Amino acid sequence: MEQLALFDASPRWTVTTLTRHLRQLLESDAGLQAVWVQGEISNLARPASGHIYFTLKDSGASLRCVMWRSEAARLSLTLQDGLAVDVHGSIGLYEAGGQYQLYADSLRPLGEGALYQEFLRLKAALEAEGLFDAVRKRSIPEFPRRIGMVTSPTGAALWDMLNTLGRRLPLAEVILAPTPVQGDEAPAGIVAALRALNRIATPDVILLARGGGSIEDLWAFNDEKVVRAIIESVAPVITGVGHETDFTLADFAADLRAPTPTAAAERSTPRTVLDMKASLAEISGVLFSRMATLLQQQRESAAWLDDRLRLYSPVHRLQTERQRLDEISRRWNAAQVHGLQFAVEKFRGLENHLQALNPLAVLKRGYAVITKNEKVVTSTSQIRIDDALHVRIQDGEFNARVTGNG
Amino acid sequence: MAKTETKPIDKLTYEQAYAELEAVVSALETGEQSLDEAMALFERGQGLTRHCAELLDKAELKIRKLSGESLEPFEAKE
Repeated sequence: MEQLALFDASPRWTVTTLTRHLRQLLESDAGLQAVWVQGEISNLARPASGHIYFTLKDSGASLRCVMWRSEAARLSLTLQDGLAVDVHGSIGLYEAGGQYQLYADSLRPLGEGALYQEFLRLKAALEAEGLFDAVRKRSIPEFPRRIGMVTSPTGAALWDMLNTLGRRLPLAEVILAPTPVQGDEAPAGIVAALRALNRIATPDVILLARGGGSIEDLWAFNDEKVVRAIIESVAPVITGVGHETDFTLADFAADLRAPTPTAAAERSTPRTVLDMKASLAEISGVLFSRMATLLQQQRESAAWLDDRLRLYSPVHRLQTERQRLDEISRRWNAAQVHGLQFAVEKFRGLENHLQALNPLAVLKRGYAVITKNEKVVTSTSQIRIDDALHVRIQDGEFNARVTGNG
Repeated sequence: MAKTETKPIDKLTYEQAYAELEAVVSALETGEQSLDEAMALFERGQGLTRHCAELLDKAELKIRKLSGESLEPFEAKE
């Protein structure tokens, strides 16, 4: 019945499926995805691709290692065969080669492992002392007038910070306390600089900074004396040490940790000159609108007063008087006209009366005027038979002769 | 704003000038002044605004360095 194995129903592996399965086993083990492995470098190869290949060995075994070009570029260490190192990375399986290997992402000389242990020990001790407690953190002033700077006078970090501050808050004054930031003298130098700044310059805030470097380069910032000097600083301290990924004990002790020197300068100046110009424009606008409102109110109340004033003012009286005068004058004129009409009518009456007395008018009624030798005859005693008389009637005159008594 | 600020504007630091400007604005907001007083406050406010703007425009980062126990000029050359 041995042959029955040929008809086994379980899936048959191909090399590929089996290898892939093993790879997935390795890669799904979280414990294998971030490991530190200690060993000695051998078979080091750096082809043109930029990737680094080597074997890590100790007395009992060997492990294939690959470091990709992107990680290899950040390596501050010069590798060589025989070098004892700690390698960090993840375990994977190269399917085409059928080889499991370590994909290395960082690498440090063996001694640094001990350094790191020391770092962890000190960090735990200082933490237990409460030096890194959030309650100890002082707030960063919004508008620092004087900014202290503890850094190397020759480093790029200094210029990064000065440029940033000059752009963001040129109203500020910088007091530089120069100190070496790496090497044996660095810790004592940093401590002295922090103390001197606080004592002599009394800055509003202190930037403690250094540009990027290897873990040994940054080691001064893990010194216990430096940590304590930060805690004792009167002015709040902002650290900007190394790169984004570097955390030092100084960072934990600082009132604010910035990822880089430039970022530290930025964090020390929360309000920039642009913000200040904006607030100034705003408050100036309020000033103008407030004054405009006040003037408008004054204008309105002045207009009201003016109305009341007009009511009692001599001008008003004068107008009233003028009006009265107008009235009188109008009435007087009317009276004048009226008088004239009266006169005219009276005159017409007189004229009619005179007309009535006109002798010629009497003639219209059929009477005649008789004259003898230019004298009006008013009595019969004035005439005799055969006298020549002149008779005037309405529409003319004629001569007549007396012929007898009537 | 009961007292009259008589300190010459150009002697004020930015913070002093800005703080006084804020005080002037809030005093005007109460509207308790005569027109003359309000005008005087307004003019003072304008002067303070100009002074602040000038300080912001002309500001240049001052740099000194600690040398022993004293401060001395720092030559800013890269």
